[in-house]
Amino acid sequence: MSHRYFPHTDADIDVMLKKCGVTSIDDLYADVPEQLLFRRDYNLPDEMSEKEVRDFFNNLGKKNDDLVCFAGNGFYDHYAPAVIGSLIARSEFLTAYTPYQPEISQGTLQYIFEYQSMMCRLTGMEVSNASMYDGTTATAEAMMMAVAHARKRNHVLISSTVNQAVIDVVKTYAGYHGVEISLIDEVDGVTSRDSMNQLLAKGDVAGVIVATRNRYGIIEDFAGFADDCKAAKALLIMNCVALDLATIKTPGEWGADVAVGDAQSLGIPLSFGGPYLGFFCAKKALMRKIPGRIVGATKDKDGRRVFVLTLQAREQHIRREKATSNICSNQGLMSLYVTIYMSLMGAKGMSDVNRQGCDGAHYLAEKLVATGKCKLTFPNRPFLNEFCITTSVPAQKIVDRALEEGILAGVQIAEDRLLIAVTEMQTVKEMDRLVEIVKSL
Amino acid sequence: MNRDFYSKLIFELSQPGRKGYKIPENHLPEVKLPENLKRTSKLELPEVDEPSVVRHYNNMSTNNFGVDSGFYPLGSCTMKYNPKINEEVAAHPAFTSLHPATPDKAVQGALELYYTLQCALSEVGGMAEFTLNPYAGAHGELTGLLVIKAYHNSRGDVKRTKVIVPDSAHGTNPASAAVAGYEIIEVKSRPDGTVDVEDLKPLLDDTVAAVMMTNPNTLGIFEKNIPEIASLVHAAGALLYYDGANLNPMLGMARPGDMGFDVMHINLHKTFSTPHGGGGPGAGPVGVRAGLEQFLPNPRVVKNSDGSFSVISDKKSLGSISAHLGNFAVEARALAYILSLGNQGLKEAGKLATLNANYVKESLKDVYCLPIEGVCKHEFVFDGLADKSTCVTTLNVAKRLLDHGYHAPTIYFPLLFHESLMIEPTETESLQTLDEFIDVMRDIAREAKETPDVVKNAPLNTPISHPDDTEAALHPIVNYTELTEL
Amino acid sequence: MKIYYAPSHEYIKVDGNVGYVGITDYAQKALGNVVYVDMPEVGDEVEAGEDFGAIESVKAASDLIAPASGEVIEVNEALADNPRLVNEDAMNNWIIKIELSDPAELDNLLDEAAYAKVCEAEH
Repeated sequence: MSHRYFPHTDADIDVMLKKCGVTSIDDLYADVPEQLLFRRDYNLPDEMSEKEVRDFFNNLGKKNDDLVCFAGNGFYDHYAPAVIGSLIARSEFLTAYTPYQPEISQGTLQYIFEYQSMMCRLTGMEVSNASMYDGTTATAEAMMMAVAHARKRNHVLISSTVNQAVIDVVKTYAGYHGVEISLIDEVDGVTSRDSMNQLLAKGDVAGVIVATRNRYGIIEDFAGFADDCKAAKALLIMNCVALDLATIKTPGEWGADVAVGDAQSLGIPLSFGGPYLGFFCAKKALMRKIPGRIVGATKDKDGRRVFVLTLQAREQHIRREKATSNICSNQGLMSLYVTIYMSLMGAKGMSDVNRQGCDGAHYLAEKLVATGKCKLTFPNRPFLNEFCITTSVPAQKIVDRALEEGILAGVQIAEDRLLIAVTEMQTVKEMDRLVEIVKSL
Repeated sequence: MNRDFYSKLIFELSQPGRKGYKIPENHLPEVKLPENLKRTSKLELPEVDEPSVVRHYNNMSTNNFGVDSGFYPLGSCTMKYNPKINEEVAAHPAFTSLHPATPDKAVQGALELYYTLQCALSEVGGMAEFTLNPYAGAHGELTGLLVIKAYHNSRGDVKRTKVIVPDSAHGTNPASAAVAGYEIIEVKSRPDGTVDVEDLKPLLDDTVAAVMMTNPNTLGIFEKNIPEIASLVHAAGALLYYDGANLNPMLGMARPGDMGFDVMHINLHKTFSTPHGGGGPGAGPVGVRAGLEQFLPNPRVVKNSDGSFSVISDKKSLGSISAHLGNFAVEARALAYILSLGNQGLKEAGKLATLNANYVKESLKDVYCLPIEGVCKHEFVFDGLADKSTCVTTLNVAKRLLDHGYHAPTIYFPLLFHESLMIEPTETESLQTLDEFIDVMRDIAREAKETPDVVKNAPLNTPISHPDDTEAALHPIVNYTELTEL
Repeated sequence: MKIYYAPSHEYIKVDGNVGYVGITDYAQKALGNVVYVDMPEVGDEVEAGEDFGAIESVKAASDLIAPASGEVIEVNEALADNPRLVNEDAMNNWIIKIELSDPAELDNLLDEAAYAKVCEAEH
């Protein structure tokens, strides 16, 4: 036994075997039927040194292109302060388990409490859980909660304009759990209120899911939606890109019951799809129905203000057969990213980032349209930092050509449609290069 | 750990006018959103400078206990050492900067990483293919059950509405089955803690979709009847699901696929050393035996005949359960661990975990009640103190351990005993560490007899002590706004 | 008033056609400090053997199962503010009051002696 992660010397092993009353470690597996024992080597490489591991990943890294990123579709290339990387590497945060022992977990519990506080203020809601896997699953959890809350009604509406990945995951969860899902029509790029009301009129709807920034980057107007849902006793669930809410009307201001979405935009690296963070916030009346864990403040025996996991009885390990959620973790460390990001940026920093993206996106959109090779798919709809163009050449051609120039032009969402996002990370020069590429086709 | 509790919240350090950022400026003409779509309420976030933020969170971390702080014998959680090289590769800019919607040809390195880990897990699990998309163990369970449902549905076999779960199962098993839309049937354990085959038999009929088991089970005992159970389950047309939470001791010794399991998940944050991060992110890859691959969730990564990699979707798939390819940075860490250990290291890890657990068990069973004698695997369960004349409970013992600089074991789980105390030492603990822990556990047993009040009032030595849980649940205060309104 | 018990530890005190439903003293002791009672709304129909709400302590949550069917005519609002009343006096702090739709269902329930045996067996 000689691996650097294992402290055991041969002498140690002898002492331990003696205590166990056996002569070899294999004796401790005497209860495993002979035919199940794995007798060969794994078809895996031999132990690598750290240098070899590093070389292995460096080589893989070289097979990825370093691109200027105009892709979004729910996940954005934002600046993340160096402080985040430094603090999340603190091993007391990184290597801790779930804070089940509050006496030695105040660090984790306190940052989650700060996270919940910030998310409530950002979304305009009263309660936040401690976070979930990502925005798609958080939305699916909201759908499940709506059905559980409504008790007898088993039908949830989702707008056709919600991001496709979110719709897909919601449909997966619903399909197997026996929840009926109907799509609300899209009219000129936004959710049709008439279509929603026709569906609500059936009287069997538990919840309605819409997106504040939709699949085309459009910021939708939800005036009247909350009243319509309330009248039908359905919960109004809004899926959002977290950072947007520093600038655009919040779910709280629209009168929504639940705000969910992805908080990758708040300081979390893109990392090819994860880990990200799903947020889940709601009105206080729904506090005891919210899935996942929640941290609360209380006092200890010396009167100190301290933090604990609370409302744990809601968790699935107790009412397990009737569970409507099986989540028993949160994205602990990712909520620390988000908390540190919001601490450093503050409201002003976040709205500055949104302004930069908004100005850049409008600049780029105008220049692209001026090439004559594309037009805005929904020219009359407002957007923040992401827009959809309809191209006269195949969108695939633009993407391929731009890749050759080291640019990820956007996310192709149809043969002739490209979704393009701009953040504070791309320079005017880089935008102009993309425009030149489109012009040249 | 810093034994002084630093309790200020970041909101309380805020001063108007302070800031902690500088972003690049493009100086483009300003565009305004329509008024009706703008946020009107003030966003009240802290206003703090960079040094204050650093000191605040740094101090906060010192009130936390991690694997790097000390011994963490938390049963069923496999709190092994989290290697530092894993963190380095996960933070590699050639991966962290990748947008998930990048065309395949520009992310061949990332896809190769995914595919390589997928194959390594298939080899370790004895499965045909893995998806790495599930975000956590519980998410993996749900995904695995949906694979099973998609399989039965594909055969038009829709009357299978039940999932059988042993009474010793992790609480997530029945919850996952409920979320997947199944009815849960519980099967009882025998006195030795293993599943009773005779009890199982009458439950198996054509309405059963799956049986969920973990092996070794939550008592750390190997279910030696597993070949018989597998053939009974398969004869009934159901599938056998392996909860991989307890995979660690089987590394190098036996593979779930060879035991007869059809579908399994692995917790990368347990067996494959990725950090728990205070509750996440983890990863719960799901593996299937040959013939079930097409039901795995979309998207999948495949290797083409020319050696390149592609992301594909399959119409027969159960659908998608994540936005992309899972927690990629966690996957990178797990692959770094597998490469660091190599074939030989992986084969030793499981054995040493088992040796450590048996050593602690044998060293303490005279003072703690061992309800089930015999060898265990990676973990074992005591039913409280051997001396039942003291009024000291498992909770008291757990809290007293905190005073001595240890994390507590898992307590009051499994539910089979009243005073369950579940200990899992893992292979990365040395004999010296275990001996010191054993001494402390023996001291606590002695204290329970001689000075029980000391144990009953523990912890005495932690940054905070005896938080009022009841008040927290009766009158929940769950954000800073509520705190300031008090 | 005659008191009937369910093996799931609810009681129903019957006064004519009206039943007062709560959890037993044994149940409140097993749960520990009650922190929340999730109650239906007046006008809801409850069905014998089906859950009509839930009761939570710090560490456990338990479904409330209706011992008999009927319409909810009152809920005990005092429990919303002070759920610990259940701990103080479970038998007098009922949770819901129902108008019985099928009094014959009461015959399926236990009397005090039979219920005591159920508790004895569980202990």
